[in-house]
Amino acid sequence: MSAEARKHPGINLGTAHAEAHDAAEVVVFGFWVFLMSDLVLFGLLFATYVVMLGATAGGPGPKELFDIKSAGTETFILLTSSFTFGMASLALKYGRHPLRLQFWLAVTLILGLIFLGFEIHDFIAMFERNAGPSRSGFLSAFFALVPTHGLHVTAGSIWIAVMMVQVVVFGVDTPVKTRILRLGLFWHFLDIVWVGIFSVVYLAGLAR
Amino acid sequence: MSEAQENARELKSYFIGYGLALVLSIVPFALVIWGGLATSTTLSIIAGFALVQIVVHCRFFLHIDLSEQKREDLQLILFSALLFTLMAGGTIWIMFNLHMRMM
Repeated sequence: MSAEARKHPGINLGTAHAEAHDAAEVVVFGFWVFLMSDLVLFGLLFATYVVMLGATAGGPGPKELFDIKSAGTETFILLTSSFTFGMASLALKYGRHPLRLQFWLAVTLILGLIFLGFEIHDFIAMFERNAGPSRSGFLSAFFALVPTHGLHVTAGSIWIAVMMVQVVVFGVDTPVKTRILRLGLFWHFLDIVWVGIFSVVYLAGLAR
Repeated sequence: MSEAQENARELKSYFIGYGLALVLSIVPFALVIWGGLATSTTLSIIAGFALVQIVVHCRFFLHIDLSEQKREDLQLILFSALLFTLMAGGTIWIMFNLHMRMM
């Protein structure tokens, strides 16, 4: 793609999709404003978590609670789902048959749901050990940070399902294209937040 | 560049990004699982790999780069990153400083 064809960060549809490519310029910028405000929200939750690390009130700390195998599996699943969303973006950009787009969206959705399954399993295991959010300041901060990311993944999964329905109902028209562009940014952004979570919460917690 | 070449180039870019991100995730996980290094060394390596992995995700998945594009978007992202650093870093700095003084 020539340099002047780029209208926004994120995958650009390019001149072959002239109408959607022009429409994307404004809406994608607006979506970046939202993503960056979300970044600030996560930044403060991370800061709170780090400050509260020592506030275990005699309760269990990171070493007793976190399971590195589960965190590793979740990391692998979410990273792979980011890649499969990239494949969906390429299927959209190069105008392949809509079924190809639907296939990659479906794979991403399934990976997102598996991720959520693992995460909920982790949370239930923590509750069973009497390590809920009310146990200590550390656990309150943990349950403020990690499930907020989980809620975002839940919202993203619902959004993928909605877009799959929209592709069937409306076809791949301009609004659907720009929505999938924004959904892609959201999904890749969540994976970046997860890099922070597995590094700061799980790995740093288990390394000390 | 033809569309097929363009497609192949972007496909390759996603594969490179995925490969790099996998390596950058696996190394710190392996370090924590096998242990052996001093805690401070392990923590620095985790932090370093996380920062590099975030750059890799931005470059290969979010397609943020320094090429000619709308400058406002890049300024928005860089300014938000600055805010993030000031707010998260500042909070942690102040609270740990306070913690040390209260001991």
